[in-house]
Amino acid sequence: MQTPIVVQEVHKNFGEVKALRDISFTVNEGELFGLIGPDGAGKSTLFRILTTLLLADKGKATVNGLDVVKDYKAIRKIVGYMPGRFSLYQDLTVQENLDFFATIFNTTVKENYGLIEEIYVQIAPFKDRPAGKLSGGMKQKLALCCALVHKPTVLFLDEPTTGVDPVSRKEFWEMLQRLRQKGIAILVSTPYMDEAILCGRVALIQNGALLKIDTPQQITREFSKPLWAVKAKQMYRLIQDLRSFEDTDSCYAFGEYLHLTLKHGEADVDKLRAYLQPKGHEQFDMVPITAGIEDCFMELMKSEKQQ
Amino acid sequence: MRQFFVFARKEFYHIFRDRRTLLILFGMPIVQVIIFGFAITNEIKNADIAVLDQSKDHYSARLIQKLTAGSYFRIDRNLQTPKTIEAAFREGRIKMAVVIPPRFGQDFFHLRKAQVQLLADAGDPNTATTLVNYARAIIGNYQQELNGPAALPLTINTTVRMQYNPALKSVFLFVPGVMTLILLLVSAMMTSITIAREKELGTMEILLVSPLPPHLIVMGKVVPYIVLSFINALVILAMGVWIFGMPVKGSVVLLLAECVLFVLTSLGLGILISTVTDKQQTAMMASMMGLLMPTVLLSGFIFPVESMPKPLQWLSNIMPAKWFIIILKDIMLKGSGLREVWPQTLLLTGMTIFFIVLSIRKFKIRLS
Amino acid sequence: MQPIVTNALTKKFGSFIATNAITFEVKQGEIFGFLGANGAGKTTAMRMLCGLLRPSSGTAKVAGYDVYTQADKVKQNIGYMSQRFSLYEDLKVKENIRFYGGIYGLRNGEIKEKTERLLQKLGMEAEADQLVSALPLGWKQKLAFSVAILHDPSIVFLDEPTGGVDPVTRRQFWDLIYEAANRGVTVFVTTHYMDEAEYCDRVSIMVDGRIQALDTPRQLKAQFGAESMDDVFLQLARGK
Repeated sequence: MQTPIVVQEVHKNFGEVKALRDISFTVNEGELFGLIGPDGAGKSTLFRILTTLLLADKGKATVNGLDVVKDYKAIRKIVGYMPGRFSLYQDLTVQENLDFFATIFNTTVKENYGLIEEIYVQIAPFKDRPAGKLSGGMKQKLALCCALVHKPTVLFLDEPTTGVDPVSRKEFWEMLQRLRQKGIAILVSTPYMDEAILCGRVALIQNGALLKIDTPQQITREFSKPLWAVKAKQMYRLIQDLRSFEDTDSCYAFGEYLHLTLKHGEADVDKLRAYLQPKGHEQFDMVPITAGIEDCFMELMKSEKQQ
Repeated sequence: MRQFFVFARKEFYHIFRDRRTLLILFGMPIVQVIIFGFAITNEIKNADIAVLDQSKDHYSARLIQKLTAGSYFRIDRNLQTPKTIEAAFREGRIKMAVVIPPRFGQDFFHLRKAQVQLLADAGDPNTATTLVNYARAIIGNYQQELNGPAALPLTINTTVRMQYNPALKSVFLFVPGVMTLILLLVSAMMTSITIAREKELGTMEILLVSPLPPHLIVMGKVVPYIVLSFINALVILAMGVWIFGMPVKGSVVLLLAECVLFVLTSLGLGILISTVTDKQQTAMMASMMGLLMPTVLLSGFIFPVESMPKPLQWLSNIMPAKWFIIILKDIMLKGSGLREVWPQTLLLTGMTIFFIVLSIRKFKIRLS
Repeated sequence: MQPIVTNALTKKFGSFIATNAITFEVKQGEIFGFLGANGAGKTTAMRMLCGLLRPSSGTAKVAGYDVYTQADKVKQNIGYMSQRFSLYEDLKVKENIRFYGGIYGLRNGEIKEKTERLLQKLGMEAEADQLVSALPLGWKQKLAFSVAILHDPSIVFLDEPTGGVDPVTRRQFWDLIYEAANRGVTVFVTTHYMDEAEYCDRVSIMVDGRIQALDTPRQLKAQFGAESMDDVFLQLARGK
């Protein structure tokens, strides 16, 4: 069995804009690999290169051992692709869309029903509804069905959960887990950092360059600085006070807490408490915590900028 | 083959579920034919003219009577001296002046040559030309009446245009033009828009990543429109025949075959446009500006090609519409067969093959 | 007077009830999170409050003006920013600011002064003469927000303002929101990031056209016995 996805030193420019810089990674069989980064980081460009829709300026990439430039016809037979925006026919019904995509991939819905059954039963009640009238979550499920209908060995999902509500997102990820267990290699991109932990391995991408490739657990483990979660009743005032503290390294809002790193780590804690004391923050709370992917991403972004 | 069938069926779903498309497809042709047929015609009714009869004999009186016998001309005034002609025109009421020289009848029978001067207000050249043509035709008839069938050295020629349109019905000139225009627009615009729509929606990305070969995508998009455009052609023809009384003197089969050919030409153009546009709007603008305008202006549909400057005349030769209009007129009005229209047919076939081959070759297998 | 007061506000499209008798109040200077799954009726509700859509029944007052009869007044007194940023990509930063200032009838001197202050605050002085299309997404969003409150509205509506933005810029964006709220501007915001729900003073969660929960994030978590807003949301949306 060939390695599902191999990317080696891929570069791509659009005029002056460097969309991708020196991208290399591999995705193994049965792996759920996440490409995590904000809009404009270069995720879609990379997807299009791998799905043979764009040519890279430099570098080499293979899908199942097939070259994305030379063997594009063969690749197009074995991959499933869900582009970034909803790309189904809005005026065709759910059933018509499915049948159409099955046929153009030379197959039928019946033939590979086993693979899509679990997702299909969820959208089956709406099978006579035009795709354009489905809710966001349903649309994504239908699109996934269409991308799976020909039993691809590699699945490319470009931001499948963007703009979808948290419930549908969660269900979608559960489906991906089960597909992975069936041996399909999946490359999925997302701008939501919290989805990183759902992937086997992730690549963090920003401004066309990879910041890091590893398991999410390892990435968070490597977060070198001590981190605190801080909160008080008046959060806005707290942010301002912390930011003006001379030894604050970074201070960002995270849910109901602020995440704080200090220039000299533990050594600064007492000094900070002394600094905050006269400010009289009510319900003040400060606890050490372990970093999440988002903390790491922000830290990596910062060090990237400094380079 | 199944892939193709499913693709075409999908295309029909798109068309029949979109009321706007349906309206453009079938409403536009009908409305256009009616507008062009009834409203925008060159037909002249009751045009005011001035007459300067210097002969004042029996024959000149008959001629004047002939001129005003139909509903074309109405005598606004009778002039007495040539000097008053200018003033009459300046007043702006008369569109044409007929000047009959002294001794009109005498000259005609003795010198076998008589002159009638027609002065037209060329401020509106189209109307002027039409008026003069009408008048010439009437004078020509009158002359034949005087002579009987015997050939005489004619003083007045009827124009080629009227030879096949004796009733001077402008609708006969327009229906072939409108047919051409609408077939071109519907076929080219609709195909270019439908392909651009796939790009805009992002579905083209999925189609490209599928094993479908490009020519199948193009064919699947085009075949439904061939069918629809052909139905359109039938509708327009039927309207021409039944509403406007157009004759179809030549072979109906040949006529329909030529229609199919022209539909193919237009579809080829449409695909070509779509290969260079990404948005429905751009495709629409490109079809309008790139096809509609040149066709209207250069195909001889409204402005006679003969009166254009040379460079434009050359340019008009690359308009497929020009050749199709000729074919239509020849078949419908003259009753010509393939033996007469083969050069134009061959030319159109060549253009069609060129467009289709070019667009399939230009059809991108990737996004950029 | 509360900036936003609604009573049984309802919008029907044919037989479909997009927004079903929602009743709530938003307080002066509050950051009000408006959450709900896709299709729960958030956008419809927001459009009614902005005077863009006429309600089917119920009442709503925004900035003290009735959304039925005084839609024009409502529009004068609110700022609006949507995810698809409302800036013209082919205009320069400065030109965009001047344009929006002009729309809201600010005087030239005022616009000039505000432009300078705004650019300075965003640290974008150097980019003043750049086309908006050349700016990174995060900057565009921050600029769009600043432009939306250029005319000092008492309420600003933000429709998923941070979608797809990188984590650092997302926080910087929230800094702007906090700052505006601190100055007394009422902020009405929708988002798909549940951590952002925690930044709000109070949060409402819509399910199928109705408001199913409305309270401070802390109270909501207590009420549902949940660890995070994410859990609260999942419980509500799944329990339907």
